[in-house]
This record gives sequence, C-alpha cells and structure tokens, in this order.
Amino acid sequence: MRNRFRSSIFVAVAVLSTAVGQTPAYKAPRTADGKPNLNGIWQALNSANWDIQGHAAAAGPLFQLGAAGAEPPGLGVVEGDEIPYLPAMAAKKKENYANRMKLDPELKCYMPGVPRATYMPLPFQIVQSQQNIMLAYEYAGAVRVVNMGAPTKSPADSWMGWSNGHWEGDTLVIDVTSQNEDTWFDRSGNFHSDSLHVVERYTPRSADTLNYEATIEDSKVFSRPWKISMPLYRHVEKNAQLLEFKCVEFAEELLYGHLRKKN
Amino acid sequence: MSHRFLTSIAVGLLAAALAAGQALTSAAPAVKTSTSARTADGQPNLQGVWSNATNTPLERPQNLGAKEFYTEAEIAENEKRASQRAAAPDRAGTVADVHYDVSQFGLDRGHATLAKSLRTSLIVGPEGKVPPLLPEAQKRVADRAAAAKGHQFDSYENRALSERCILWPNEGPPMLPAGYNADLQIVQGPGYVAILQEMIHDVRVIPTDGRPHLPQNVRQFMGDSRGHWEGNTLVVDTTNFTDRTAFRNSTEKLHVVERFTRADDNTILYEFTAEDPATWAQPWSAQIPMTKIDSPIYEYACHEANYGMRNILSGARSDDREKGSN
Repeated sequence: MRNRFRSSIFVAVAVLSTAVGQTPAYKAPRTADGKPNLNGIWQALNSANWDIQGHAAAAGPLFQLGAAGAEPPGLGVVEGDEIPYLPAMAAKKKENYANRMKLDPELKCYMPGVPRATYMPLPFQIVQSQQNIMLAYEYAGAVRVVNMGAPTKSPADSWMGWSNGHWEGDTLVIDVTSQNEDTWFDRSGNFHSDSLHVVERYTPRSADTLNYEATIEDSKVFSRPWKISMPLYRHVEKNAQLLEFKCVEFAEELLYGHLRKKN
Repeated sequence: MSHRFLTSIAVGLLAAALAAGQALTSAAPAVKTSTSARTADGQPNLQGVWSNATNTPLERPQNLGAKEFYTEAEIAENEKRASQRAAAPDRAGTVADVHYDVSQFGLDRGHATLAKSLRTSLIVGPEGKVPPLLPEAQKRVADRAAAAKGHQFDSYENRALSERCILWPNEGPPMLPAGYNADLQIVQGPGYVAILQEMIHDVRVIPTDGRPHLPQNVRQFMGDSRGHWEGNTLVVDTTNFTDRTAFRNSTEKLHVVERFTRADDNTILYEFTAEDPATWAQPWSAQIPMTKIDSPIYEYACHEANYGMRNILSGARSDDREKGSN
C-alpha cells in the first residue's frame, strides 16, 4: 500500500514538473556519420514572403487577379515584430513598397537570397553529406552549398551569398556573408545592403518539423541585429520531389515586353 | 550578348587550341572502377567538384574515318601543335585582342584541368557522329527555321533558350561540357544524388529510392531523373522532357540513360545513351571523363545579369526605326 501511494505521488510530481518546466529537447535521428539528420524536403507555412511583419489581409496590387491576388494575413516572423531601421532607411522601405511592382526582385525571377529563400511559398530540399550540405530551392532553381569544413572566405559577392556551417548540438548553424544588395526580405520592400550578415539556425523539433531562426545584422540599414523565427515543415508525401520552377519565362514579358517589335 | 561572345570565344579556343601544358596521356578504353571510396552510408562515392572540360569534339572529325582512338604519339603531337597555336598572340586590332584578356577569368583553356582521353570523339562507335535526323525530324527543323526566318529579333520568344537563360545546351541530361566553366558538384545524401552544374546553376536532385517517373503530363526542360546503383555505377534514367528542350533537335520522346562510374580517385567516367524514335533511327552513346578539381562552384547568375537580351532587342528596335518600319 505504501509503495503504491509513493509511486502515485511520484507520477503526479513528474507530470507536474513536465507541465511547468521546459519540454524535453527533441533529439534528432542521426545520419550514418552520426550527425543530426536534416535530409528532406521542407517548406515554411506562413505569409512571411508577403510581409515578414504582422499584417492583416489586403487587396493585391493587381485588381485583375481578384481574390487570388490578395495578400494573405499573418502574425509575422520578426521577434518583437519590430525591424530596427535607421531613420533614413525606414523611408526607403516605404518607397520600396510604393514601387514594389517595379522593384521587387521576386517579380523578375531573381534569386531570392537568404533568408527569403527559406520562406518562399515553394519547397526546398536539404541534401546532407559529410563534407557539405546542399540547400536546393525550387524557386528559380536557386541553390547554395554549405561548407561544413574549416570556414572559407567568399571569393565574390553573389545572390545566394557564401555559406559556412557547423553543428552546435543538434542545431545546424550557417553563417552567410557576401550577399549582394539586390535581394529583399519580402514583397513589402523590407531590404538590406551588401553588408548583410545572416546567421541561420536549423534545429530539429520533431520528426517532421524544424525550427528556423535567422539573426540579421546590417549596420548600414539597421540600428541593431534582429531576429526572425518560424517552423519549417517536412513534405511527408511519399512522392514529394522538387519540380522545375524556371520562372525566367514568367518574367520576360515584364522585363522585355516593351522591346517587342511593333507591327 | 556578352554570353554569346564569351561562348564564341570559348568555342574558338576549343577549336583552336589543345590546351597548353595539359597532358593528355594515357586512357584505357575499358572502365576501371575504384571501390575504395564509399560514403558514410555505404554508397559508391561520387562526391566532389568535377570538370568535364575536354578538347575532344563530340563528333569525330571527317578525316579520321572509323578511327576511335589516337595513339599516345599522336596525342603528344596534337598537343605540341596546339600549344604552338595557343602561344601565338591575337592579331592586333581584332576583337579577341582588344576586348578580352583570355588569361583572365578562366577563359583560357590552358587554365582548365582536363581529363585524360585518347578518344577521337566523345561519341563512341565506328560512326563517331550523332545519327542523321529522320525525315520527320528534318521537316520539323526546316519548318521551325522557316517560321523563324526574318523574325529572329522580334522578341525574347524568338531567341534561343540559352540566350534567355532558361536552359543551356550543356545542361542536359545528357550533360555535355560547357564552353567555359565546365564544372559540376556532386553531393550525396541518403536516397539522393544531387548534381549542381555551374552553367547555369541548375541542380538535379535525383532520387535513388526506386520510385516511378513523374506522370506523363508533368514535363520539365531537364526532364525527370531517377537513379539506381548497379554495383559501383550510378545509372540515371531520364524521361518527361518538354518538346522545347530540343536536345540536338529531339522531341519530348527523348530518353536518356546516364552512367557514372568512379574510375579512380580523380576520375569519373560519365557515359550516356540518348534515344528518340521521332528524331534518330537508332540510339547513340558517348563517353566523357570528368576530372576532380580543387575549386568551388561559383554562382552563375545568368538571368540576373542578362543585359545581353535587353541589348539585342533594343538594338533590333533601333534598326527598325532606322529602316522606317516602325
């Protein structure tokens, strides 16, 4: 009797402490070389590509698209929901938004840069080997190969930047530098300069979800570093695969239509 | 336009020069395999950055007849003549002389690491050529050319897929050497082999888990690739092409089988067979050795920097105005 009593007290305490304290950390399955296994096809399920800050639904810029062109609402992915623009830069963001039909690099099918590539409304695939990790994005066939060896220096600025990675426990940490100034964070005109420095953290949180965090630093545009975070979801369909989204031809009329021969 | 210029320069160099200082020594026609290299999960290891640059033409020069291999002595002689040609300065005042310092930007073939081969053409067999086009294919090509005539500069749609930065002819499959930056990186994860070609930054993420091809109605410029291992060889089967892919005038019936075999630490032997019953009477095959290079893949932002398209079209519109046709 005493034993039973004691064990039921023990169970009650255990339940209580789990409920009050932190959820026990999820431990990811391992690859053959003992690293957390992040292989898979992943996608963000949010409206950050429209606006990384919290926003209500709104009409889209083209009435012809009707409800299909509307901006879906979202709670935002920015920690504290505030982007610390330097005063002059906040004005430029507004200008970008006003001129987004001309300026948004997404409309032109330009590679999206980091972190925007992560939360485009299309999947990306992680192919993980011992030496490096490839991140292949469906959008525009953008890609980067993360060097997991000793960090190397970027040879030149590029659209998708230069990625050096390492493991911190179960978390894949990627340091991204050397991105050009031509990508945006979203369709709302949130932008950066060529001094952008992004540190990404991919942490397994269950068999089919990752937590994604990116710390964004750019002293030419922001007064302090700031952070975005969101879960990423695995495509669990048995036949899931990246398909071609070669968007160049969807953007050509916009880019070159005015140069068409007139009859 | 700049792409076209660079390409023509590179092609010119290809034709003009067997790269100086690159030894094209021995190559056994038989496939050797290296079993030492395995990935952590036991797959044959094809990983690394590879170059498929070569001085061997796809099709055999006419004067060589059915001769499939050079001798070591002939290769040495070819190489000597090529290095003499390469050493000759560009003629003063020519485009090559004024616009390009080919010793920069890796445009000089002498900078490329080339795999060793004694082959007289990449295409194997006594013919050494792409089979002649079937009559229906000839008609297709002629009809297309007739429709395009006089309209080549009307709009972006009239330009080649490569100029539009949609698909380059080297990308395949089958993957052929690009005129320059003929580099690719292979990364293997469990159940996948991913191939990133520098030209023009497309990745083929190839499942090796035995799943079926995409449904017939889902077609892609680069088709749909499925891989499996046969011993140490990765075999990749690709279907579901578009009719616009037009690999050497092929249709959407194009079917490509590629084989990747790690011959030694520094070499992958890449072989392919292409068939299309609407284009060629029989399948044809080629072998391209790939050699390991010590260099990253750079980002080739073709479309993002495609000033050429704008310049070509605005030049044509300017011509229209001068001719008063506008």
